[in-house]
Amino acid sequence: MGAYETQGFKLDNSGKRVVVDPVTRIEGHMRVEVNLDSNNVIRNAVSTGTMWRGLEVILKGRDPRDAWAFTERICGVCTGTHALTSVRAVEDALNIQIPENANSIRNIMQLTLQAHDHLVHFYHLHALDWVDVVSALKADPKKTSELAQSISSWPLSSPGYFRDVQNRLKKFVESGQLGPFMNGYWGNPAYKLPPEANLMAVTHYLEALDFQKEIVKIHTIYGGKNPHPNWLVGGVPCAINVHDTGAVGAINMERLNLVSYIIDRTIDFIDNVYIPDLLAIAGFYKDWTHGGGLSSKSVMSYGDIPDKANDYSASNLMLPRGAIINGDLTKVHEVDLRDPSQIQEFVDHSWFKYREAGKGLHPWDGETEAHYELGKNAKGTSTNIEQIDEGGKYSWIKAPRWKGHAMEVGPLSRYIIGYVQKKPEFKEPVDMVLSKLGLPLTALFSTLGRTAARGLEASWAAHKMRYFQDKLMANLKAGDLATANIEKWDPSTWPKETKGVGFTEAPRGALGHWVRIKDGRIDNYQCVVPTTWNGSPRDSKGQIGAFEASLMNTPVALADQPLEILRTLHSFDPCLACSTHVMAPDGQEMTRVRVR
Amino acid sequence: MVETFYEVMRRQGITRRSFLKYCSLTAASLGLGPAFVPKIAHAMETKPRTPVLWLHGLECTCCSESFIRSGHPLAKDAVLSMISLDYDDTIMTAAGHQAEAILEEVMTRYKGNYILAVEGNPPLNQEGMSCIIGGKPFIEQLKHVAKDCKAIISWGSCASWGCVQAAKPNPTQATPVHKVIHDKPIIKVPGCPPIAEVMTGVITYMLTFDRLPELDRQGRPKMFYGQRIHDKCYRRPHFDAGQFAEAWDDEGSRKGYCLYKMGCKGPTTYNACSTVRWNGGVSFPIQSGHGCIGCSEDGFWDKGSFYDRVTDIQQFGVESNADRVGGAALGVVGAAVAAHAAVSAIKQSRSKQSDVNDKQG
Repeated sequence: MGAYETQGFKLDNSGKRVVVDPVTRIEGHMRVEVNLDSNNVIRNAVSTGTMWRGLEVILKGRDPRDAWAFTERICGVCTGTHALTSVRAVEDALNIQIPENANSIRNIMQLTLQAHDHLVHFYHLHALDWVDVVSALKADPKKTSELAQSISSWPLSSPGYFRDVQNRLKKFVESGQLGPFMNGYWGNPAYKLPPEANLMAVTHYLEALDFQKEIVKIHTIYGGKNPHPNWLVGGVPCAINVHDTGAVGAINMERLNLVSYIIDRTIDFIDNVYIPDLLAIAGFYKDWTHGGGLSSKSVMSYGDIPDKANDYSASNLMLPRGAIINGDLTKVHEVDLRDPSQIQEFVDHSWFKYREAGKGLHPWDGETEAHYELGKNAKGTSTNIEQIDEGGKYSWIKAPRWKGHAMEVGPLSRYIIGYVQKKPEFKEPVDMVLSKLGLPLTALFSTLGRTAARGLEASWAAHKMRYFQDKLMANLKAGDLATANIEKWDPSTWPKETKGVGFTEAPRGALGHWVRIKDGRIDNYQCVVPTTWNGSPRDSKGQIGAFEASLMNTPVALADQPLEILRTLHSFDPCLACSTHVMAPDGQEMTRVRVR
Repeated sequence: MVETFYEVMRRQGITRRSFLKYCSLTAASLGLGPAFVPKIAHAMETKPRTPVLWLHGLECTCCSESFIRSGHPLAKDAVLSMISLDYDDTIMTAAGHQAEAILEEVMTRYKGNYILAVEGNPPLNQEGMSCIIGGKPFIEQLKHVAKDCKAIISWGSCASWGCVQAAKPNPTQATPVHKVIHDKPIIKVPGCPPIAEVMTGVITYMLTFDRLPELDRQGRPKMFYGQRIHDKCYRRPHFDAGQFAEAWDDEGSRKGYCLYKMGCKGPTTYNACSTVRWNGGVSFPIQSGHGCIGCSEDGFWDKGSFYDRVTDIQQFGVESNADRVGGAALGVVGAAVAAHAAVSAIKQSRSKQSDVNDKQG
């Protein structure tokens, strides 16, 4: 490949190659390779989705009313968002209007996911990129307490409390059985927190682990379980009965109170633990401005959280919608998921092939045929890859493009678009964070910006849960108890042939499902998911995806410890099972591995 | 230096009193009487923390997510005090070769004494390369780590049966663990995902009693998978009384009537949902208005729509277990549940007319 320039990045794969496989603390499986120059700065990045399951073909010929359950299993981390996207796609195809209560409950469930997922991501998947657990052993519990009390009114903050946690940690480390903390990059110079901040963060790592299981109980109440709650084409499956005999068998006053209580606690935890921690940690990494990648160039959001039921126009969506390209912050472009010329997927560097090579296909006309082969300059063998050849096919992820542009999606994209559109709910928190940290707007386009936007969005989501729970209660008070519209439940009421599209803003970004229904069965089903956008490999023009772009020009402190690489990749919250679910139509040309 | 479970708990600031309380909770959650509490305590006082290597194949990670929802024991305590979770790519700090090195170290140091937990499954098509770990097919890692393990836990329906990626036409030839590993004891803990407290309950049982739980013929722990959801469903009286929800959000739905006619798979599904329930006992699918989709059963994706009424099963008494039903009824059909439902409906209409003497259904 040699050296070339794309999207403002100079790629050069001549330096020392470093391979990270598996990338851990993500959902699913992924590999990344980078080239370092003589100063240990990343000059080329190659990200490979290393798993693939094929759900779309499995969906062919099935009952569209069942599709939510299949697609929900695309991902157990962002559980529910695929199911919601799926029921919206089927409702769009069949022109089904859902009741207001169903819209409120669905929004509460989607926002519950946002709040939960962002919290777990920050503490359990991302924090250890910034927080040195071993350093926490050196902290002074009294000073830790002072630090905690200076940034938050959260009551669990006494010196004794931090001392207890530190003792537990100390004895754990001394046991020599380090469990998930084994072989971490402890002591790496890229860690910048003082011991007290480390102890506070580790303490909250444990508290957040305890608390996250409470948030999801909202899914359990409305959807029966979590992960993987239940959904319904036409509404929600949980009936409401607040007045009459049998109320104990439905959503009743006690259940509604429980939801309300959990919402209050979620707001409390996010606003008094997550956000203060985020700001405190960010304060020590202000100088680490890397990882911006495509965020200052091309970002996109489909929008989500319809205020009123059944209206998916931008003005009714509480999360912003639109696209920014080429770094032009003065213009937010309209995004149309139905327009065949806007969203297209390419497979030149993906382990698939199209009937017509080099072409981009809109998801309604999507095709996917598996074609696993390594580029001719790859090192190793087909079942023992030592080095990927990015000049050939190198990922199980397709390359989606919006009007030909590689796009970044996710909380940062949503906040950038909301900021540019001057929506106070998004602009004001961003300005607050920047002014607290004393940073310019450009600081937003970075790894830290991505991590900060996710935290702000968790808080936004928690407060919006309150809004929709109140809205639900008001509607019940007005006498409307409906939760499902069954007019078109029976397939005999459906048109012979139809197609639809559904979308959500998943925790990780813009998510779309495109469905074609024929004779009451799924004829074609295609998903383009957030990590397909962010984890995209190169396209035919050599344009790189968001993961690859974000690693460019980042200095690495120790070449054999990929801490900075993990830090930036984790800031996207990669979800590989999501991105690589696509599949060949007939499962052809498959070689078997011998099993003994 | 290998420490006992109890020592670790004590050193981590857990008092003896809390420790004993924990032991009695464990006994209770396993359905054991108070006489077992000292036995559990003794076991924990004399045993080291067992290393667990948790591998991920083709999956959606819902099992890991479920595991961290455990309320008793807390996931935190399970990971810090009960087991030594030395490898789990979803939460471990290390990546790349530092992560791979852990596997080798634990396999050598604890040869024959570590537990292999598998989430997801290996694909066999595409040269096994539709799931790549460290540049190689996942199946290689799985076999390598399985070689010296003490036992395997197959978490969830992927590892146990194949689950969604193995639904027809199973494009990647996703294959459950027991079909590729033949020389190790395998405990299947199916469900999509399994209930958190069932997951930690199975682990706790193994640590406490130092043996595998008793398994049914299909390899599932009898203590949690011995009965059908229908057998213990709190809506069962409505089934028996012939009171059914007939459409979404109808009168029956709002009254919490039986969801059998809405396609509920509770009558054919072996799991603990209607007893243990989900997320700390808050609810379970039927309680929240949707029928069971049978997610812990082999091949549940290919048994017709989730809204088709179950007709291919035979009605057995509550005392029947999976082995007997599995042996006798698979494919026998009989529409006995449907018949029973009809009988119940007749009963109901009769009892409405007058008080007819019909104690027997």
